[in-house]
Amino acid sequence: MEALIALVIGVLVSCGVYLLLRARTFPVIIGLTLLSYGVNLFIFVMGRLRTGVPPVVSKGDTSLSTTLNYTDPLPQALVLTAIVIGFAMTAFLLVLALRARAELGNDHVDGTAGLGEKPVIPARPLAEDEV
Amino acid sequence: MELLLIILLPLLGAFLPPLCERFGRNIGMVSAAIGPLLALALLVSYLPALLERQVFFFHLPWLPQLGLDLSLRLDGLGMMFALLILVIGLLVIFYARYYLAEKDSLGRLYTLLQLFMMAMLGIVLADNILLLVVFWELTSLSSFLLIGYWSHKSEARKGARMALAITGAGGLTLLAGALILGQITGSYSLQVITNSADLIQAHPLYPVALILILIGAFTKSAQFPFHFWLPHAMAAPTPVSAYLHSATMVKAGVFLLARLYPALSGSELWFYLVTFTGLATLVFGAYTALFKHDLKGLLAYSTISHLGLITLLLGFNSELATVAALFHIVNHATFKASLFMAAGIIDHETGTRDMRKINGMWQYMPITATVAMVSASAMAGVPLFNGFLSKEMFFTETLQVELMGGFDWIIPLMATLAGIFAVAYSYRFIHDVFFNGQPVDLPKFPPHEPPGLMILPMAILGVLCLLVGILPNLTVAPILDAASYAVLGEGIPDYHIAIWHGLNLPLAMSATALCGGLLLYYQRGGLFAFYERKYRRDEKEVFEKRIQTLVRSAQRVTDAIENGSLQRSAALFITTGLVLAAVEFWPLGQLLGKVALTPIDWVSLLLALVMIIAALVTVIIHHNRLAALLVLGVVGLIVSLVFVRFSAPDLALTQISVEVVTIILLMLALYFLPQITPHDSDKRRVVRDLLLAGGAGLGVALLTLAILTRPYDTGLADFFLANSVSGGGGTNVVNVILVDFRGFDTLGEITVLAIAGLGVYLMLNGLHLPLPGADGDGRRWARDPYPPILTVLSRILLPLALMVSVYIFLRGHNQPGGGFIAGLITSIALILQYVCSGSAWVQQRLPFDYGRVAVLGVLIATLAGVGSWAFGYPFLTTSFTYVTWPLVGKFELATAMIFDTGVFITVVGSTLLMLAQLGNLAQTTYDTPSGTSSGTNGEAH
Repeated sequence: MEALIALVIGVLVSCGVYLLLRARTFPVIIGLTLLSYGVNLFIFVMGRLRTGVPPVVSKGDTSLSTTLNYTDPLPQALVLTAIVIGFAMTAFLLVLALRARAELGNDHVDGTAGLGEKPVIPARPLAEDEV
Repeated sequence: MELLLIILLPLLGAFLPPLCERFGRNIGMVSAAIGPLLALALLVSYLPALLERQVFFFHLPWLPQLGLDLSLRLDGLGMMFALLILVIGLLVIFYARYYLAEKDSLGRLYTLLQLFMMAMLGIVLADNILLLVVFWELTSLSSFLLIGYWSHKSEARKGARMALAITGAGGLTLLAGALILGQITGSYSLQVITNSADLIQAHPLYPVALILILIGAFTKSAQFPFHFWLPHAMAAPTPVSAYLHSATMVKAGVFLLARLYPALSGSELWFYLVTFTGLATLVFGAYTALFKHDLKGLLAYSTISHLGLITLLLGFNSELATVAALFHIVNHATFKASLFMAAGIIDHETGTRDMRKINGMWQYMPITATVAMVSASAMAGVPLFNGFLSKEMFFTETLQVELMGGFDWIIPLMATLAGIFAVAYSYRFIHDVFFNGQPVDLPKFPPHEPPGLMILPMAILGVLCLLVGILPNLTVAPILDAASYAVLGEGIPDYHIAIWHGLNLPLAMSATALCGGLLLYYQRGGLFAFYERKYRRDEKEVFEKRIQTLVRSAQRVTDAIENGSLQRSAALFITTGLVLAAVEFWPLGQLLGKVALTPIDWVSLLLALVMIIAALVTVIIHHNRLAALLVLGVVGLIVSLVFVRFSAPDLALTQISVEVVTIILLMLALYFLPQITPHDSDKRRVVRDLLLAGGAGLGVALLTLAILTRPYDTGLADFFLANSVSGGGGTNVVNVILVDFRGFDTLGEITVLAIAGLGVYLMLNGLHLPLPGADGDGRRWARDPYPPILTVLSRILLPLALMVSVYIFLRGHNQPGGGFIAGLITSIALILQYVCSGSAWVQQRLPFDYGRVAVLGVLIATLAGVGSWAFGYPFLTTSFTYVTWPLVGKFELATAMIFDTGVFITVVGSTLLMLAQLGNLAQTTYDTPSGTSSGTNGEAH
């Protein structure tokens, strides 16, 4: 099972990274979403893969409240907030993409299509007093 | 405590002048003088004991883990310097009031001066070498600000920057040296360091530490070849030059040499490095000073030369020479500060500092001339003036030095030569300015004697020069004794200061210097022509050019890495990450741990396959954005199933609700973006990205496997599981961690969420987007605003959904659920209304400003945390109790519930803020197609 989940996480990360490297904003955002699935799963499985032992303890004998009977709650708490924050980040990026499209007239990540590998920022001539 | 006050009182003086300036310049001056005066009074109260060679300490731990303590020491050396700093500082404050023009802010100058005073006192009183470095850098900074005081002048800015670059860099090497000393001795206390000379000098790192510290001292004290910043620092107002760049700050370097003398001196390396640096500086400074036409330029090079003299003396490894060095520090400070004040007065009265123009001033300002003559005589080393005494001692000492190979004569010869030049430039200062015919087109004519009070500080210093020169044993001797004892300890030599030592070689050297100097001055014509003929590089130009080159090459490196293309940056970033990770992973053989794998069941296998296929399909069809989005939803759903499978019900609930809002959000946004992603990347780019993506995925997969096959420390998990009920009052440990154990983190997270919501809101404000009339394939959007069946169903669903949400919220502490999940469910229920009935309909019924709602949520959560203060508990401490309610039964009420309510409200507020705002955008563009790109699209409405 561990190998399977590692494979799943690997595929998610791969797909996410590939889309992250695309030239348009929307695929990049989808890529980030895929990447955060992968990362969330990665953090989650740090608590190991346990079936049927959710971290909801019984009120009675607390001596039974150990990892023998329950899975690790901490990665779950971390991932829970990560999911919500991930949503906020996606929303923010989306709006950034919308704004960029409105301001620049295109949805290229560099703000201008066909930038490629050429340097766009010329070596700034330094003002006399600045140097 | 009082030691600390000596340092802090001038700082008080730094705050007062800007406030008091408006009541007039005199009051401003008085307010500036209060602090130093009090500090001086405090210091004087220690004086009797200090002259008895006592030492006072003050210790306050600051950052003990780093060995940085606020420990101070007041001994003879510190006292001598502190006296110089405070007395000359007070005179300069007095002088500056008359020097500075009405339009310049006196308060700002005073503030900076006193900031410097504080830092300088800190250097001389520090007993911790790290503390000393801190104050050292503070003097560099305040010097920078003071040189740049007239910030509208280019030369002031350039001079300031050069001084900061040189002395600041020196401060860094000093820090490195100090850290090495601390490593060697195991302590940063100067007391320990100065008592560990043998340990330090036997250590293999001693040369490194010595050189680093010497660079620090030499840059500060303007020693050759770091001297060039000092003449350019003369762009500062003259009171600053008098104070920082002749009397005090440039002495910090020689102070440091004196302070560390017990620890570092005595070795061959010390002798050669310090002696020859000092010698070169002495001769070079004296030679150059003669040819400067600028009054302050002459004084600056003369200062360099005198600092070289002091350094040279400290390099001799001889006790008597060290006493002479300390003596000369005091003498030089007195006569040089006085001369700078004279230069300031002349500049003030004539409007220029060019000695080719200023001539014959004797007839206009005889008093200034008299005082200047006294000080200049001291500088030249004329008998009966203080400079003579220390110069005699200096000449004596040069004769004692033994150099290898019978070159003993070099140092006395060079010293005499420097003496000749010193006499020549001192004489030039007097003769050119006060005699030498008539003035040549002065900007201000005729000059007058300045107000008496402006001459007073300079005159006081002049009188001191004479007093010390005539009656050394009644004036300076006890202070010098205490200072020497502080440096040399019991090794203090038997010496006495006297004007007449009999006819001997040093006297002959003095006489040679005096006669030779006068002769040189009267034969100066040829020499000046020689000096002018020689091509000389301007240090400032060279320095500026090098800085330019440095900045340009930095820019080139930046451009090579970052050319503005995000794709390129991201690719480089991932490549770097891959390379670094690969280095750590190597060799791959040790990657897997020993823990056995668990078996795979066919349900999991199937789900995994679906997820993998969905993820890959998302990538493959990503050019068709809507389709990719739908497949992405599949991936998200299976992620929540993974959470279900592996015992994480809370995560599954969160994931599935977030998935819903995310997809709605993406669809909304997609409405405004192109429906199709064009094929931008060429084949090479695609292959490169595939390789990078594959590498990243492989790396993460291997890492996951590596961790999962290794044993696992359950200590933390056990703690949370065991303490959840007793400590947090809830059985759902995940929720208890969120709202109780790690409540502070959650507070931070909901704050971020609210900020993101507000950010979205602000960014969408005033946004105008082209309105698409059709989907990607050219099909027009449907005209029916809202499908009726969906509308009716959604309205029926709303109360049910809200009830589920309340239920999920309430049980959250004990069963899967809680504020986050309940908030998301509520949001979805409300968003459904937006989707089905339109913004206008919803907003009529829910007239909330969601931004305020989000902030209110954060506020409630914070108040829930603050509430525990009222009961004397730390922030966010929770308490709980069990109550029994009829019908419902026994349940538990925890204050964490209030916190969770805050979380709930924040989530609802932020989510709706984002979605409703984006939806409104669609609405407004949809409703009013008269926007930028209406055209035929208008009829779609």
